[in-house]
Amino acid sequence: MELILAVVSGLLFAASFYLLLRRNLLRFVIGIIILGNAVNLLIFTMGRLTREVPPVIPYGQKTIEGAYANPLPQALILTAIVISFGLLAFTLVLIYRNYTVSETVDADNLMASEPKRDVDLQTEDKRLPA
Amino acid sequence: MKVLLVLPVIIPALTGILTLLLRRSRRAQRVLSVLGATALLGASSVILWNVQTEGIQVAQMGDWAAPFGITLVADAFSAGLITISAFVALAVAVYALRGMDVEREFFGFHTLLHLLMMGINGAFITGDLFNMYVWFEVLLIASFVLLVLGNEERQLDGAVKYVGINLVASVSFLTAIGLLYGFTGSLNFADIATSMGNIREAGLEATIAALFLVGFGIKAGLFPLYFWLPASYHTPPAPVSAIFAGLLTKVGVYSLIRIFTLLFPEPTGYTKTLLLVVAGLTMVIGVLGAVTERNVNRLLAFLVISAMGYVVMGLGFFTTLGLAGAVFYIFQDIPVKASLFLIGGVMERETGTTEIGKMGGLYTHRPLLALAFIVPAFSLAGFPPFPGFWGKLTLVQAGLETENYLIVAVALLVGALTLLVVGQLWARAFWSPAREDGLVSTDTFLQRSVLQTPIVVLAVALFAVGLYAQPLFELAHQAATNLTNTAPYIQAVLG
Repeated sequence: MELILAVVSGLLFAASFYLLLRRNLLRFVIGIIILGNAVNLLIFTMGRLTREVPPVIPYGQKTIEGAYANPLPQALILTAIVISFGLLAFTLVLIYRNYTVSETVDADNLMASEPKRDVDLQTEDKRLPA
Repeated sequence: MKVLLVLPVIIPALTGILTLLLRRSRRAQRVLSVLGATALLGASSVILWNVQTEGIQVAQMGDWAAPFGITLVADAFSAGLITISAFVALAVAVYALRGMDVEREFFGFHTLLHLLMMGINGAFITGDLFNMYVWFEVLLIASFVLLVLGNEERQLDGAVKYVGINLVASVSFLTAIGLLYGFTGSLNFADIATSMGNIREAGLEATIAALFLVGFGIKAGLFPLYFWLPASYHTPPAPVSAIFAGLLTKVGVYSLIRIFTLLFPEPTGYTKTLLLVVAGLTMVIGVLGAVTERNVNRLLAFLVISAMGYVVMGLGFFTTLGLAGAVFYIFQDIPVKASLFLIGGVMERETGTTEIGKMGGLYTHRPLLALAFIVPAFSLAGFPPFPGFWGKLTLVQAGLETENYLIVAVALLVGALTLLVVGQLWARAFWSPAREDGLVSTDTFLQRSVLQTPIVVLAVALFAVGLYAQPLFELAHQAATNLTNTAPYIQAVLG
């Protein structure tokens, strides 16, 4: 089981890196989503996978007896999911807002905050961004 | 449980919430914002005093014993940082009374400023790895919104770059946390530090260290990962740039120092070399960018990068003296960078341009501003008797002691180039005659004094520290001693 999860996590990392390297900002955002899931899976795997009882302490006792499933990675992942969800919503709105102003989602054409160029370097490339 | 340690997080949170509730009244927001910043400075100073007199302060949240609950820790390093940050936040809050436009104030500038301070303070005083990640996200989301507040095209463009790269940085940091948790089974700094001593697996350790270095390196603007910084820091209004330049990169570099001294106390050979190489390249690239830049705010953004190089250089030596130099450099660099960006904002306001070549006449018309500019600028260049000189002197001494002559030469050369940059800026913007008779600004004397008071106060404070550096240096040295000898920290947390 750990092996499968490790391989899946690795595949997700690879897919997300491929998407992060695209010039299209929407693909970049999809890459970020996949990257977040890859890391969550990694944390889950690193917390040791055990098929045991939930960590509930019986009434009248102070500790759990025997083996139990580790709840901490799940708590961490839950927090990470919530945070990445919020950031993702913000990023999507930001990219849409930027699109309405500058009318591009091509990372190479985002030049509003850079100094003005004297020569237009991108005249020959008018294709849609990949 | 020491309730005092929670205050640096609670006070800005309360101020943020109250200003949000009172968002219809501009006056109430402003009063609350300044009051909140003052209260924050008070609470932080008390914590710093307690750390100085009683040693490391620890608070366990919810009375859960150390490795299980969330721990807040204040040692000399973090207590010094929260106090200086609060000082700068107060200066920015006062400056924003005049330097911020009405729309931005109504859309929550004050709220966001205090929420940002909450995230920064939380990251400084937490003793828990995952908690640190959460505080990073708090300060990130606040900084994202501060950056786009106002919706100008260049702001949105700068924000796309800043947001994109910072999301990747957070993921790198989170990956490192996941691996380290699987490696040690704990998230508490002190607890991990004790178990790291027993585990020897160089390969995995180096991987985790590299992931931390990438994550914090992006946030601190280190050499190959700095390009987002000059693309975004100059786009928002001056108070926002000032708080970003003063504090955000320092959070990254603080975490870098904390993690690398506490969790990887015996750095493998190439980590040390890597840090020194990164430091040297960061200094050179930053200052070369500044030399060629013709826009005041972009020039200052490049100088933010080159200063980070000095700090990482101090970390790269891994000696008490080197760390003392690094800590001292961070301490004085926070007000220096903040006041430089505030002055940049006034220069833009008074002359109506951000191009250095088109400015002029500031020395004749605003002599006090011209004087106040000299202190942070020359401190940046490492000119005695300004505080930057003492920081650089310590770093150079530490470099000579550890026989890293090349990096010392680079540091001195970069210092000379920085002097060239600020000298040019001074000569063109302040000294050269104005284009027309007088400046374009129509501010009254009172309005101008609101802008200039925080700048002058910061300059006076920096000048005083430069002349009498002993107390701040002793604080930095105490912090460095705690960083190299981690036993008291671990003892204080784990009890």
